[in-house]
Amino acid sequence: MAAGTGSRMSFFTRICAGWLIVIVLGAIFADLIPGLKDPNYQGFLFGDGATNERPSWNHLMGTDNNSRDILARIVYGARVSLVVSMTAVVMGSVFGGFFGALVGFVRGKTDATIMAAVDVILAFPGLVLLLTVVTLLGRRDLMVIAAVVGFLSIPPYTRVARATALAVSRREFVMAARAIGTRKRTILFREIIPNCLPTLMAFALVNAAVIILLEGALAFLGLSVEPPTASWGNMVNAARVDLTINVWPAIWPSLALVFTVYSLNNVGDHLRRSKAVRSAAL
Amino acid sequence: MLPFIAKRLVRLVATLLAVSFLTFLLVNLLPGDAINALIPIDAQQDREFVEQVREEWGLNDPMIVRYGRWLGDAVQGNFGDSIVTSRTVSSEITHRLPVTAELMIVTVLFSVMLAIPLGVMAAYREGSRVDQVISGMAQLFLSIPGFVAGLLMIYIFAMKLGWLPATGWNRFSNGLLDNLKTVILPALSLALIEIAVYTRVVRSDVMNTLQENYVLSARAKGLGNRYILFRHCLRPSSLTLITVVGLNIGTLLGGTVVVEFLFAMPGLGKRLLDAIFQRDFMMVQGITVLIATIYVLVNTAVDLIYMVVDPRIRKAD
Repeated sequence: MAAGTGSRMSFFTRICAGWLIVIVLGAIFADLIPGLKDPNYQGFLFGDGATNERPSWNHLMGTDNNSRDILARIVYGARVSLVVSMTAVVMGSVFGGFFGALVGFVRGKTDATIMAAVDVILAFPGLVLLLTVVTLLGRRDLMVIAAVVGFLSIPPYTRVARATALAVSRREFVMAARAIGTRKRTILFREIIPNCLPTLMAFALVNAAVIILLEGALAFLGLSVEPPTASWGNMVNAARVDLTINVWPAIWPSLALVFTVYSLNNVGDHLRRSKAVRSAAL
Repeated sequence: MLPFIAKRLVRLVATLLAVSFLTFLLVNLLPGDAINALIPIDAQQDREFVEQVREEWGLNDPMIVRYGRWLGDAVQGNFGDSIVTSRTVSSEITHRLPVTAELMIVTVLFSVMLAIPLGVMAAYREGSRVDQVISGMAQLFLSIPGFVAGLLMIYIFAMKLGWLPATGWNRFSNGLLDNLKTVILPALSLALIEIAVYTRVVRSDVMNTLQENYVLSARAKGLGNRYILFRHCLRPSSLTLITVVGLNIGTLLGGTVVVEFLFAMPGLGKRLLDAIFQRDFMMVQGITVLIATIYVLVNTAVDLIYMVVDPRIRKAD
């Protein structure tokens, strides 16, 4: 990633970045991984394995209380987390980034109107709004969840982009561009937006972590994608009932969730630090 | 300063109005007809009767009229009736709010009490092993969602060790100790992320303050380290901490929904979740508006406190 050139990644940050790459590749190419089981195959129905099996060579992480292979469900569950967080990041940075940069640059009435709308949406605690919208919509396939989460991610990005655009608008090169009579639209696309991007990208990584946690919580409450589709949150919820029999079905998806969020935060922190170095050098 | 406060209050009222209208819109535009809650579906053959009930409950009026009516009642403390339990929404709320409030207060107090010494220690020994451990721990805690922490703690403290009950709630009136026993685990599972956030804030703030000239002069006077850290450094940092606590109330409110669900606590969050599953629209609307109101009020209060304490903000705005 180009933004990472500011300082060297520590060994630990490299492991985190590596894990993120593994998760992304695993989620994309899940169907092609040799030996990976079908995540919805309930072995015990066909006399093939039992429920809540301990880890073995056949099932590396054991089986859950429906005797499905946990490793496979974690790999496929990553898809849900990734699709939802990617949609949020893309929708947030494209729409939120554009609106924010626009109103931070032109100010005036447009600014007041858009920011008032943003404030209203941000006045709802994220999870509560998400919960209400998702349930009232009534349909809960992956695309609906991703779209709702994505739409609700626009306001925070708008705020970040606006704050950055406000600062950028006061810089000398923008002043210079105005002085030589450059058209406003050109200034917006050539000067303002490119200079907001690094901040937005650092925010996007941390935000992706937040979204994964949100989706996890939603799934844990039984309000994300419908079963039997695996997601890390609903795996933890399903395992909750049989905690006394076997704790592993709850541990594995929790570990996957925590380590992914941790890696995003860690790499995000690294990018922010290296960006701080860069902007200090200007 | 007064005009500023007045401006803030006007904005507060405007935001609350917009928030309640948006909730109303959400709850009403989306699928589901309130008539189904009033008359059983198989009793809806009699068109005339249905129409009469619709008229009686004002379901045929344009939405803006219905919103006006709801708002008029709401400002008088009447949020309508739950269509499932047929109790009033406000009585359910007053019954359940104390549980959620206690959970949040215990969480915030506990996290702040832990985060301040940790943050100060990390800042004072910046870059040392101590700092590395504290900062690393904060980063880890930041990545552990409430339901994972809660489930793990239920497994360890309730199932394996048997020290605390796994689920349920003892009201304050049942005795302080029993009450505390049921609030510890939920509060701890919410606290992890809060501790992480606050520790980071205190650390970076104190680190900045330690560079100030007045700290240098305090050192030159020969004041003790502890005195400087907690008297000179912490005071300006406490402002930032207040703001962050205020801003985090939203996340915390969301977190209580999850934790109350996991620990089967009779709080607002659990009730909201139940109402959502039962499609109890009046209840959903009441609780959502209430939660948003608390959030907006807390944030406005934080802004005002901040402004009263730090004169620089007043000038800047």
